[in-house]
Amino acid sequence: MALVVVWLAGSAAFLALRVAPGDAVDATMARVGASDEQIAAQRAALGLDDPLPIQYARYWADTVRGRWGASLVNGQPVTELIAQNARPTVTLALAAMVIALALGVTLGVMDGLERPAGLHWVAGGLASLALAAPVYWTATLAIYAFTVAIALFPGVGAESPAALILPALVLGFHASGSIARVTAASVREAARGDFVRTARAKGLPERDVIDHILRVGLLPVVSVAALQAGFLLGGTVITEMIFVRRGLGQVLLTAVTNRDYPVVQGLVVLAALVYTALNAGADALNFRLDPRTHRAE
Amino acid sequence: MRRNRIQTAVALAIGGLVVALSLLAPLLATHDPRATSPDAQLEPPSRSHLFGTDLLGRDVFSRVLYGGRRTLGVALLSALVMLAPGLLIGMVAGFAGGWLDTALMTALDAMLAVPPLVLALALVALFGSGSVQIAVAVGIAGIPSYGRVARAVVLEARNRPYVEAARAIGARPAGILRRHILPTIAPTLLAFAGVTLSWAILNSAALIFLGFGGDISAPDWGVMLADGRQAFRTAPWVALAPGIALSATVLAINWLADSAVSR
Repeated sequence: MALVVVWLAGSAAFLALRVAPGDAVDATMARVGASDEQIAAQRAALGLDDPLPIQYARYWADTVRGRWGASLVNGQPVTELIAQNARPTVTLALAAMVIALALGVTLGVMDGLERPAGLHWVAGGLASLALAAPVYWTATLAIYAFTVAIALFPGVGAESPAALILPALVLGFHASGSIARVTAASVREAARGDFVRTARAKGLPERDVIDHILRVGLLPVVSVAALQAGFLLGGTVITEMIFVRRGLGQVLLTAVTNRDYPVVQGLVVLAALVYTALNAGADALNFRLDPRTHRAE
Repeated sequence: MRRNRIQTAVALAIGGLVVALSLLAPLLATHDPRATSPDAQLEPPSRSHLFGTDLLGRDVFSRVLYGGRRTLGVALLSALVMLAPGLLIGMVAGFAGGWLDTALMTALDAMLAVPPLVLALALVALFGSGSVQIAVAVGIAGIPSYGRVARAVVLEARNRPYVEAARAIGARPAGILRRHILPTIAPTLLAFAGVTLSWAILNSAALIFLGFGGDISAPDWGVMLADGRQAFRTAPWVALAPGIALSATVLAINWLADSAVSR
Protein backbone atom coordinates (compact mmCIF):
# COMPACT_ATOMS: atom_id res chain seq x y z
CA MET A 1 0.00 0.00 0.00
CA ALA A 2 2.75 2.39 0.97
CA LEU A 3 4.54 1.54 -2.26
CA VAL A 4 1.41 2.31 -4.28
CA VAL A 5 1.27 5.73 -2.65
CA VAL A 6 4.90 6.44 -3.49
CA TRP A 7 4.39 5.18 -7.04
CA LEU A 8 1.36 7.45 -7.52
CA ALA A 9 3.08 10.48 -6.00
CA GLY A 10 6.15 9.94 -8.15
CA SER A 11 4.08 9.44 -11.30
CA ALA A 12 2.13 12.61 -10.57
CA ALA A 13 5.39 14.51 -10.18
CA PHE A 14 6.60 13.05 -13.48
CA LEU A 15 3.40 13.92 -15.33
CA ALA A 16 3.18 17.42 -13.90
CA LEU A 17 6.69 18.18 -15.10
CA ARG A 18 6.02 16.76 -18.55
CA VAL A 19 3.07 19.09 -18.96
CA ALA A 20 5.49 21.96 -19.43
CA PRO A 21 8.89 20.29 -19.78
CA GLY A 22 10.21 22.09 -22.83
CA ASP A 23 9.40 25.39 -21.22
CA ALA A 24 11.68 24.58 -18.32
CA VAL A 25 14.69 23.73 -20.43
CA ASP A 26 13.97 26.43 -22.98
CA ALA A 27 13.47 29.12 -20.38
CA THR A 28 16.55 28.19 -18.39
CA MET A 29 18.79 27.93 -21.43
CA ALA A 30 17.38 31.00 -23.12
CA ARG A 31 18.14 32.90 -19.92
CA VAL A 32 21.84 32.12 -20.26
CA GLY A 33 21.70 33.00 -23.96
CA ALA A 34 21.81 29.57 -25.61
CA SER A 35 20.98 29.29 -29.32
CA ASP A 36 18.05 27.29 -30.70
CA GLU A 37 20.37 24.48 -31.87
CA GLN A 38 21.97 24.24 -28.45
CA ILE A 39 18.54 24.03 -26.84
CA ALA A 40 17.48 21.30 -29.28
CA ALA A 41 20.68 19.37 -28.59
CA GLN A 42 20.15 19.69 -24.87
CA ARG A 43 16.55 18.47 -25.21
CA ALA A 44 17.74 15.44 -27.16
CA ALA A 45 20.50 14.79 -24.62
CA LEU A 46 17.98 14.93 -21.78
CA GLY A 47 15.72 12.55 -23.72
CA LEU A 48 12.84 15.02 -23.70
CA ASP A 49 11.98 14.23 -27.35
CA ASP A 50 11.39 10.53 -26.70
CA PRO A 51 7.84 9.15 -26.48
CA LEU A 52 6.20 9.62 -23.10
CA PRO A 53 6.07 5.92 -22.09
CA ILE A 54 9.81 5.58 -22.69
CA GLN A 55 10.50 8.72 -20.68
CA TYR A 56 8.25 7.34 -17.96
CA ALA A 57 10.07 3.99 -17.83
CA ARG A 58 13.42 5.75 -17.76
CA TYR A 59 12.19 8.10 -15.03
CA TRP A 60 11.40 5.21 -12.69
CA ALA A 61 14.53 3.28 -13.61
CA ASP A 62 16.58 6.37 -12.76
CA THR A 63 14.60 7.25 -9.65
CA VAL A 64 14.94 3.77 -8.16
CA ARG A 65 18.67 3.77 -8.88
CA GLY A 66 19.01 7.12 -7.13
CA ARG A 67 19.59 9.18 -10.29
CA TRP A 68 17.23 12.05 -9.65
CA GLY A 69 18.43 14.36 -12.40
CA ALA A 70 20.43 17.54 -12.08
CA SER A 71 19.62 21.14 -11.30
CA LEU A 72 18.77 23.17 -14.39
CA VAL A 73 20.55 26.13 -12.86
CA ASN A 74 24.00 24.78 -12.01
CA GLY A 75 23.93 21.16 -13.15
CA GLN A 76 24.46 19.77 -9.67
CA PRO A 77 22.91 16.30 -9.21
CA VAL A 78 19.70 16.52 -7.17
CA THR A 79 20.70 13.67 -4.86
CA GLU A 80 23.97 15.43 -4.08
CA LEU A 81 22.11 18.68 -3.40
CA ILE A 82 19.78 16.83 -1.03
CA ALA A 83 22.61 15.01 0.74
CA GLN A 84 24.49 18.26 1.29
CA ASN A 85 21.52 20.08 2.76
CA ALA A 86 19.57 17.39 4.57
CA ARG A 87 21.37 17.50 7.90
CA PRO A 88 20.41 21.00 9.13
CA THR A 89 16.81 20.45 8.06
CA VAL A 90 16.53 17.07 9.77
CA THR A 91 18.10 18.51 12.92
CA LEU A 92 15.67 21.41 12.91
CA ALA A 93 12.64 19.20 12.24
CA LEU A 94 13.63 16.74 14.97
CA ALA A 95 14.23 19.47 17.53
CA ALA A 96 10.92 21.09 16.63
CA MET A 97 9.19 17.71 16.88
CA VAL A 98 10.51 17.16 20.41
CA ILE A 99 9.26 20.59 21.45
CA ALA A 100 5.92 20.13 19.68
CA LEU A 101 5.35 16.76 21.36
CA ALA A 102 6.34 17.94 24.84
CA LEU A 103 4.28 21.11 24.63
CA GLY A 104 1.37 19.64 22.67
CA VAL A 105 0.89 16.61 24.90
CA THR A 106 1.20 18.69 28.08
CA LEU A 107 -1.34 21.26 26.89
CA GLY A 108 -3.63 18.56 25.50
CA VAL A 109 -3.62 16.51 28.71
CA MET A 110 -4.25 19.61 30.82
CA ASP A 111 -7.14 20.59 28.59
CA GLY A 112 -8.55 17.08 28.26
CA LEU A 113 -8.40 16.14 31.95
CA GLU A 114 -9.48 19.67 32.97
CA ARG A 115 -6.74 19.63 35.55
CA PRO A 116 -5.23 21.50 37.27
CA ALA A 117 -8.73 22.90 37.71
CA GLY A 118 -9.21 26.36 36.25
CA LEU A 119 -6.02 26.19 34.22
CA HIS A 120 -7.38 24.03 31.42
CA TRP A 121 -8.79 26.97 29.53
CA VAL A 122 -5.32 28.52 29.54
CA ALA A 123 -4.01 25.33 27.94
CA GLY A 124 -6.84 25.29 25.39
CA GLY A 125 -6.27 28.96 24.64
CA LEU A 126 -2.54 28.44 24.09
CA ALA A 127 -3.29 25.59 21.69
CA SER A 128 -5.73 27.80 19.76
CA LEU A 129 -3.11 30.53 19.65
CA ALA A 130 -0.44 28.11 18.39
CA LEU A 131 -2.75 27.09 15.55
CA ALA A 132 -3.64 30.66 14.64
CA ALA A 133 -0.12 32.12 14.72
CA PRO A 134 1.82 31.08 11.63
CA VAL A 135 5.57 30.62 11.74
CA TYR A 136 6.26 33.59 9.45
CA TRP A 137 4.66 35.83 12.03
CA THR A 138 5.76 34.31 15.35
CA ALA A 139 9.33 34.01 14.05
CA THR A 140 9.50 37.78 13.55
CA LEU A 141 8.23 38.37 17.06
CA ALA A 142 10.52 35.74 18.59
CA ILE A 143 13.61 37.05 16.83
CA TYR A 144 12.89 40.53 18.11
CA ALA A 145 12.02 39.41 21.64
CA PHE A 146 14.86 36.94 22.24
CA THR A 147 17.78 38.16 20.15
CA VAL A 148 17.27 41.93 20.20
CA ALA A 149 15.21 42.97 23.22
CA ILE A 150 16.64 40.24 25.46
CA ALA A 151 19.78 38.82 23.85
CA LEU A 152 19.09 35.27 25.01
CA PHE A 153 19.95 33.52 21.75
CA PRO A 154 22.48 34.17 19.01
CA GLY A 155 21.17 36.36 16.20
CA VAL A 156 19.80 35.30 12.85
CA GLY A 157 22.27 33.54 10.59
CA ALA A 158 24.49 32.14 13.37
CA GLU A 159 25.60 28.53 12.95
CA SER A 160 26.34 27.55 16.57
CA PRO A 161 24.26 24.80 18.20
CA ALA A 162 22.50 27.44 20.30
CA ALA A 163 21.21 28.98 17.07
CA LEU A 164 19.00 25.92 16.66
CA ILE A 165 16.94 26.60 19.78
CA LEU A 166 14.89 29.60 18.69
CA PRO A 167 13.84 28.33 15.24
CA ALA A 168 12.99 24.95 16.77
CA LEU A 169 10.89 26.66 19.45
CA VAL A 170 9.02 28.75 16.88
CA LEU A 171 8.34 25.79 14.60
CA GLY A 172 7.58 23.44 17.49
CA PHE A 173 5.12 25.90 19.04
CA HIS A 174 3.08 26.06 15.85
CA ALA A 175 3.07 22.26 15.42
CA SER A 176 2.09 21.75 19.07
CA GLY A 177 -1.34 23.24 18.33
CA SER A 178 -2.72 20.27 16.39
CA ILE A 179 -1.09 17.76 18.73
CA ALA A 180 -2.69 19.50 21.72
CA ARG A 181 -6.11 19.53 20.10
CA VAL A 182 -6.06 15.87 19.12
CA THR A 183 -4.69 14.89 22.53
CA ALA A 184 -7.32 16.91 24.38
CA ALA A 185 -10.19 15.43 22.37
CA SER A 186 -8.89 11.90 22.78
CA VAL A 187 -8.22 12.25 26.52
CA ARG A 188 -11.65 13.77 27.05
CA GLU A 189 -13.20 10.85 25.18
CA ALA A 190 -11.19 8.30 27.15
CA ALA A 191 -12.18 9.94 30.45
CA ARG A 192 -15.81 9.20 29.63
CA GLY A 193 -15.10 5.49 29.13
CA ASP A 194 -16.81 2.79 31.16
CA PHE A 195 -13.49 1.49 32.41
CA VAL A 196 -12.86 4.87 34.03
CA ARG A 197 -16.18 4.73 35.86
CA THR A 198 -15.35 1.21 37.01
CA ALA A 199 -11.91 2.32 38.18
CA ARG A 200 -13.43 5.18 40.18
CA ALA A 201 -16.23 2.96 41.53
CA LYS A 202 -13.83 0.43 42.90
CA GLY A 203 -12.07 3.23 44.71
CA LEU A 204 -8.79 3.47 42.85
CA PRO A 205 -6.73 6.51 43.84
CA GLU A 206 -7.11 9.36 41.37
CA ARG A 207 -3.49 8.93 40.24
CA ASP A 208 -4.23 5.44 39.00
CA VAL A 209 -7.45 6.55 37.35
CA ILE A 210 -5.52 9.20 35.41
CA ASP A 211 -3.02 6.53 34.45
CA HIS A 212 -5.90 4.43 33.07
CA ILE A 213 -7.22 7.40 31.07
CA LEU A 214 -3.87 8.40 29.61
CA ARG A 215 -2.98 4.88 28.52
CA VAL A 216 -5.95 4.98 26.17
CA GLY A 217 -6.15 8.72 25.58
CA LEU A 218 -2.58 9.18 24.41
CA LEU A 219 -2.69 6.52 21.69
CA PRO A 220 -3.64 8.86 18.80
CA VAL A 221 -0.61 11.02 19.59
CA VAL A 222 1.55 8.56 17.63
CA SER A 223 -0.44 9.02 14.41
CA VAL A 224 -0.79 12.77 14.74
CA ALA A 225 2.93 13.08 15.49
CA ALA A 226 3.76 11.24 12.26
CA LEU A 227 1.41 13.55 10.36
CA GLN A 228 2.95 16.62 11.99
CA ALA A 229 6.44 15.43 11.11
CA GLY A 230 5.39 15.75 7.47
CA PHE A 231 4.05 19.24 8.07
CA LEU A 232 7.27 20.16 9.88
CA LEU A 233 9.22 19.45 6.71
CA GLY A 234 7.01 22.05 5.05
CA GLY A 235 7.38 24.40 7.99
CA THR A 236 11.15 24.29 7.77
CA VAL A 237 10.91 26.11 4.42
CA ILE A 238 9.69 29.30 6.07
CA THR A 239 11.71 28.84 9.25
CA GLU A 240 14.96 28.39 7.35
CA MET A 241 14.24 31.43 5.23
CA ILE A 242 13.51 33.71 8.17
CA PHE A 243 16.35 32.45 10.35
CA VAL A 244 18.71 32.38 7.35
CA ARG A 245 19.59 28.73 7.90
CA ARG A 246 21.05 26.39 5.34
CA GLY A 247 18.85 23.40 4.49
CA LEU A 248 16.40 21.67 2.19
CA GLY A 249 13.81 24.39 2.73
CA GLN A 250 16.17 26.97 1.26
CA VAL A 251 16.93 24.60 -1.61
CA LEU A 252 13.22 24.17 -2.35
CA LEU A 253 12.57 27.89 -2.14
CA THR A 254 15.40 28.71 -4.53
CA ALA A 255 14.28 25.94 -6.88
CA VAL A 256 10.70 27.22 -6.94
CA THR A 257 11.89 30.77 -7.57
CA ASN A 258 14.09 29.60 -10.47
CA ARG A 259 11.49 27.04 -11.63
CA ASP A 260 14.26 24.48 -11.37
CA TYR A 261 11.94 21.51 -12.02
CA PRO A 262 14.25 18.54 -11.40
CA VAL A 263 15.13 19.88 -7.95
CA VAL A 264 11.49 20.55 -7.09
CA GLN A 265 10.56 17.08 -8.33
CA GLY A 266 13.31 15.44 -6.28
CA LEU A 267 12.23 17.21 -3.11
CA VAL A 268 8.57 16.32 -3.68
CA VAL A 269 9.43 12.64 -4.15
CA LEU A 270 11.70 12.79 -1.09
CA ALA A 271 8.91 14.34 1.00
CA ALA A 272 6.51 11.62 -0.13
CA LEU A 273 9.03 8.91 0.78
CA VAL A 274 9.68 10.38 4.23
CA TYR A 275 6.00 10.83 4.94
CA THR A 276 5.11 7.31 3.83
CA ALA A 277 7.91 5.80 5.90
CA LEU A 278 6.86 7.79 8.97
CA ASN A 279 3.26 6.75 8.56
CA ALA A 280 4.14 3.11 8.16
CA GLY A 281 6.27 3.44 11.30
CA ALA A 282 3.39 5.03 13.19
CA ASP A 283 1.06 2.23 12.09
CA ALA A 284 3.52 -0.40 13.24
CA LEU A 285 3.96 1.38 16.57
CA ASN A 286 0.21 1.68 17.05
CA PHE A 287 -0.13 -2.01 16.30
CA ARG A 288 2.24 -2.80 19.14
CA LEU A 289 0.81 -0.25 21.56
CA ASP A 290 -2.88 -0.85 21.03
CA PRO A 291 -4.12 -4.43 21.21
CA ARG A 292 -7.46 -3.37 19.75
CA THR A 293 -5.89 -2.82 16.32
CA HIS A 294 -5.07 -6.55 16.24
CA ARG A 295 -8.71 -7.43 16.39
CA ALA A 296 -9.63 -4.93 13.69
CA GLU A 297 -7.28 -6.60 11.24
CA MET B 1 -20.29 24.52 28.43
CA ARG B 2 -19.91 28.15 29.34
CA ARG B 3 -16.41 28.43 27.96
CA ASN B 4 -17.76 27.43 24.58
CA ARG B 5 -20.42 30.08 24.62
CA ILE B 6 -17.89 32.80 25.46
CA GLN B 7 -15.57 31.50 22.75
CA THR B 8 -18.34 31.57 20.17
CA ALA B 9 -19.37 35.09 21.13
CA VAL B 10 -15.80 36.39 20.91
CA ALA B 11 -15.28 34.57 17.61
CA LEU B 12 -18.48 36.00 16.15
CA ALA B 13 -17.47 39.51 17.23
CA ILE B 14 -13.97 39.23 15.71
CA GLY B 15 -15.24 37.54 12.56
CA GLY B 16 -17.97 40.13 12.06
CA LEU B 17 -15.50 42.96 12.63
CA VAL B 18 -13.00 41.55 10.12
CA VAL B 19 -15.65 41.04 7.46
CA ALA B 20 -17.16 44.47 8.05
CA LEU B 21 -13.80 46.26 8.01
CA SER B 22 -12.75 44.46 4.84
CA LEU B 23 -16.01 45.18 3.06
CA LEU B 24 -16.05 48.82 4.13
CA ALA B 25 -12.34 49.38 3.46
CA PRO B 26 -12.90 52.05 0.77
CA LEU B 27 -15.07 54.05 3.19
CA LEU B 28 -12.90 53.64 6.27
CA ALA B 29 -9.42 53.91 4.81
CA THR B 30 -7.79 57.23 5.58
CA HIS B 31 -5.22 56.99 2.77
CA ASP B 32 -4.67 55.32 -0.58
CA PRO B 33 -3.18 51.93 0.42
CA ARG B 34 -0.62 52.06 -2.38
CA ALA B 35 0.31 55.73 -2.14
CA THR B 36 3.91 56.16 -1.03
CA SER B 37 5.22 59.28 0.63
CA PRO B 38 9.00 59.56 0.88
CA ASP B 39 8.88 62.17 3.65
CA ALA B 40 6.75 60.04 5.98
CA GLN B 41 8.70 56.78 6.23
CA LEU B 42 8.32 54.45 9.23
CA GLU B 43 6.35 56.99 11.24
CA PRO B 44 4.98 55.68 14.53
CA PRO B 45 1.20 55.57 14.99
CA SER B 46 -0.28 59.06 15.16
CA ARG B 47 -3.61 60.75 14.58
CA SER B 48 -3.09 61.02 10.83
CA HIS B 49 -1.61 57.52 10.54
CA LEU B 50 -3.50 55.36 13.07
CA PHE B 51 -1.13 52.38 12.74
CA GLY B 52 1.89 54.38 11.54
CA THR B 53 3.55 54.14 8.13
CA ASP B 54 5.82 51.57 6.50
CA LEU B 55 9.21 51.78 4.84
CA LEU B 56 7.77 53.56 1.78
CA GLY B 57 5.60 55.89 3.85
CA ARG B 58 2.38 54.02 3.09
CA ASP B 59 -0.41 54.19 5.66
CA VAL B 60 -0.46 50.88 7.59
CA PHE B 61 -4.06 51.28 8.78
CA SER B 62 -5.42 51.65 5.26
CA ARG B 63 -3.25 48.81 4.04
CA VAL B 64 -4.53 46.49 6.77
CA LEU B 65 -8.12 47.28 5.78
CA TYR B 66 -7.53 46.70 2.06
CA GLY B 67 -5.23 43.80 2.92
CA GLY B 68 -8.14 42.02 4.55
CA ARG B 69 -10.03 42.09 1.27
CA ARG B 70 -7.15 40.65 -0.69
CA THR B 71 -6.01 38.09 1.85
CA LEU B 72 -9.53 36.85 2.52
CA GLY B 73 -10.38 36.93 -1.19
CA VAL B 74 -7.42 34.72 -2.09
CA ALA B 75 -8.24 32.40 0.82
CA LEU B 76 -11.91 32.15 -0.19
CA LEU B 77 -10.96 31.28 -3.75
CA SER B 78 -8.55 28.62 -2.58
CA ALA B 79 -11.11 27.23 -0.14
CA LEU B 80 -13.52 26.84 -3.07
CA VAL B 81 -10.86 25.11 -5.17
CA MET B 82 -10.36 22.75 -2.26
CA LEU B 83 -13.97 22.16 -1.18
CA ALA B 84 -15.72 21.36 -4.45
CA PRO B 85 -13.52 18.44 -5.60
CA GLY B 86 -12.82 17.34 -2.03
CA LEU B 87 -16.51 17.11 -1.27
CA LEU B 88 -17.29 15.33 -4.54
CA ILE B 89 -14.50 12.77 -4.15
CA GLY B 90 -15.28 12.16 -0.49
CA MET B 91 -19.00 11.69 -1.09
CA VAL B 92 -18.58 9.42 -4.09
CA ALA B 93 -15.95 7.33 -2.31
CA GLY B 94 -17.88 7.10 0.93
CA PHE B 95 -21.20 6.35 -0.72
CA ALA B 96 -20.04 4.02 -3.49
CA GLY B 97 -17.52 2.03 -1.46
CA GLY B 98 -15.79 -0.92 -3.08
CA TRP B 99 -13.00 -0.53 -5.64
CA LEU B 100 -13.95 3.07 -6.47
CA ASP B 101 -13.49 4.00 -2.83
CA THR B 102 -10.13 2.23 -2.69
CA ALA B 103 -8.92 3.89 -5.89
CA LEU B 104 -10.00 7.39 -4.88
CA MET B 105 -8.58 7.09 -1.38
CA THR B 106 -5.26 5.77 -2.66
CA ALA B 107 -5.04 8.75 -5.00
CA LEU B 108 -5.78 11.11 -2.10
CA ASP B 109 -3.19 9.35 0.04
CA ALA B 110 -0.60 9.91 -2.66
CA MET B 111 -1.41 13.64 -2.64
CA LEU B 112 -1.43 13.69 1.14
CA ALA B 113 2.04 12.14 1.20
CA VAL B 114 3.56 15.46 0.18
CA PRO B 115 3.27 18.12 2.92
CA PRO B 116 0.69 20.69 1.77
CA LEU B 117 3.07 23.62 1.81
CA VAL B 118 5.66 21.69 -0.22
CA LEU B 119 2.98 20.58 -2.67
CA ALA B 120 1.67 24.13 -2.98
CA LEU B 121 5.22 25.42 -3.57
CA ALA B 122 5.80 22.78 -6.25
CA LEU B 123 2.55 23.80 -7.95
CA VAL B 124 3.59 27.45 -7.81
CA ALA B 125 6.80 26.41 -9.59
CA LEU B 126 4.56 24.98 -12.33
CA PHE B 127 1.95 27.73 -12.47
CA GLY B 128 4.18 30.73 -11.83
CA SER B 129 3.73 33.54 -9.32
CA GLY B 130 0.52 35.49 -8.77
CA SER B 131 -2.33 35.59 -6.30
CA VAL B 132 -4.73 33.47 -8.40
CA GLN B 133 -2.00 30.88 -8.97
CA ILE B 134 -1.37 30.79 -5.24
CA ALA B 135 -5.06 30.36 -4.46
CA VAL B 136 -5.30 27.43 -6.89
CA ALA B 137 -2.05 25.84 -5.66
CA VAL B 138 -3.05 26.06 -2.00
CA GLY B 139 -6.53 24.83 -2.90
CA ILE B 140 -5.26 21.75 -4.74
CA ALA B 141 -2.86 20.98 -1.90
CA GLY B 142 -5.82 20.91 0.48
CA ILE B 143 -8.11 18.63 -1.55
CA PRO B 144 -6.94 15.35 0.03
CA SER B 145 -7.55 16.44 3.63
CA TYR B 146 -11.06 17.63 2.89
CA GLY B 147 -11.82 14.60 0.72
CA ARG B 148 -10.80 12.28 3.55
CA VAL B 149 -12.95 14.08 6.08
CA ALA B 150 -15.93 14.15 3.69
CA ARG B 151 -15.59 10.41 3.12
CA ALA B 152 -15.35 9.59 6.83
CA VAL B 153 -18.43 11.67 7.53
CA VAL B 154 -20.41 10.09 4.69
CA LEU B 155 -19.41 6.58 5.81
CA GLU B 156 -20.59 7.32 9.32
CA ALA B 157 -23.91 8.67 8.06
CA ARG B 158 -24.37 5.84 5.59
CA ASN B 159 -24.49 3.27 8.36
CA ARG B 160 -27.20 5.03 10.34
CA PRO B 161 -30.41 3.04 10.83
CA TYR B 162 -32.66 5.49 8.94
CA VAL B 163 -30.40 5.34 5.90
CA GLU B 164 -30.47 1.58 6.05
CA ALA B 165 -34.25 1.75 6.34
CA ALA B 166 -34.49 4.02 3.28
CA ARG B 167 -32.34 1.59 1.34
CA ALA B 168 -34.44 -1.32 2.55
CA ILE B 169 -37.66 0.21 1.23
CA GLY B 170 -35.96 0.67 -2.14
CA ALA B 171 -35.18 4.40 -2.28
CA ARG B 172 -32.85 5.38 -5.11
CA PRO B 173 -29.19 6.11 -4.16
CA ALA B 174 -29.38 9.71 -5.37
CA GLY B 175 -32.51 10.25 -3.30
CA ILE B 176 -30.91 8.76 -0.21
CA LEU B 177 -27.84 10.92 -0.68
CA ARG B 178 -29.86 14.09 -1.07
CA ARG B 179 -32.64 13.56 1.44
CA HIS B 180 -31.03 11.52 4.20
CA ILE B 181 -27.28 11.79 4.08
CA LEU B 182 -26.68 15.41 3.08
CA PRO B 183 -28.75 16.94 5.88
CA THR B 184 -26.98 14.73 8.43
CA ILE B 185 -23.47 15.55 7.36
CA ALA B 186 -23.92 19.20 6.39
CA PRO B 187 -23.06 20.71 9.82
CA THR B 188 -19.85 18.72 10.22
CA LEU B 189 -18.75 19.41 6.67
CA LEU B 190 -19.51 23.09 7.12
CA ALA B 191 -17.48 23.21 10.32
CA PHE B 192 -14.59 21.53 8.60
CA ALA B 193 -14.96 23.95 5.70
CA GLY B 194 -14.29 26.66 8.29
CA VAL B 195 -11.09 24.93 9.35
CA THR B 196 -10.25 24.68 5.66
CA LEU B 197 -10.71 28.42 5.24
CA SER B 198 -8.38 29.25 8.12
CA TRP B 199 -5.89 26.79 6.69
CA ALA B 200 -6.20 28.48 3.29
CA ILE B 201 -5.59 31.89 4.88
CA LEU B 202 -2.43 30.72 6.64
CA ASN B 203 -0.98 28.92 3.63
CA SER B 204 -1.81 31.43 0.92
CA ALA B 205 -0.43 34.18 3.14
CA ALA B 206 2.66 32.01 3.64
CA LEU B 207 3.27 31.77 -0.11
CA ILE B 208 2.66 35.48 -0.54
CA PHE B 209 5.00 36.14 2.38
CA LEU B 210 7.64 34.05 0.60
CA GLY B 211 7.29 36.38 -2.37
CA PHE B 212 5.25 34.33 -4.85
CA GLY B 213 2.25 36.66 -4.83
CA GLY B 214 3.32 38.53 -7.96
CA ASP B 215 2.33 42.05 -6.99
CA ILE B 216 4.75 42.96 -4.18
CA SER B 217 3.31 46.42 -3.54
CA ALA B 218 -0.26 45.15 -3.11
CA PRO B 219 -1.98 45.78 0.21
CA ASP B 220 -1.97 42.22 1.52
CA TRP B 221 -1.33 40.82 4.99
CA GLY B 222 1.29 38.40 3.69
CA VAL B 223 3.12 41.17 1.83
CA MET B 224 2.87 43.46 4.84
CA LEU B 225 4.30 40.80 7.16
CA ALA B 226 7.23 40.39 4.80
CA ASP B 227 7.74 44.18 4.64
CA GLY B 228 7.33 44.50 8.38
CA ARG B 229 9.86 41.79 9.13
CA GLN B 230 12.59 43.88 7.53
CA ALA B 231 11.76 46.91 9.64
CA PHE B 232 10.71 45.18 12.84
CA ARG B 233 13.56 46.50 14.97
CA THR B 234 12.83 50.16 14.31
CA ALA B 235 9.14 50.02 13.40
CA PRO B 236 7.35 47.01 14.91
CA TRP B 237 3.91 48.45 14.05
CA VAL B 238 4.36 47.62 10.36
CA ALA B 239 4.28 43.88 11.07
CA LEU B 240 2.20 43.93 14.26
CA ALA B 241 -0.98 45.28 12.66
CA PRO B 242 -1.32 42.70 9.83
CA GLY B 243 0.02 39.90 12.07
CA ILE B 244 -2.60 40.51 14.73
CA ALA B 245 -5.31 40.84 12.07
CA LEU B 246 -4.28 37.53 10.49
CA SER B 247 -4.09 35.60 13.77
CA ALA B 248 -7.35 37.06 15.08
CA THR B 249 -9.15 36.09 11.87
CA VAL B 250 -7.83 32.53 11.94
CA LEU B 251 -8.59 32.20 15.65
CA ALA B 252 -12.16 33.41 15.11
CA ILE B 253 -12.76 30.96 12.26
CA ASN B 254 -11.31 28.04 14.24
CA TRP B 255 -13.46 28.84 17.26
CA LEU B 256 -16.58 29.17 15.14
CA ALA B 257 -15.85 25.80 13.57
CA ASP B 258 -15.34 24.35 17.07
CA SER B 259 -18.69 25.56 18.28
CA ALA B 260 -20.41 24.22 15.14
CA VAL B 261 -18.91 20.76 15.74
CA SER B 262 -19.66 20.56 19.45
CA ARG B 263 -23.28 21.52 18.91
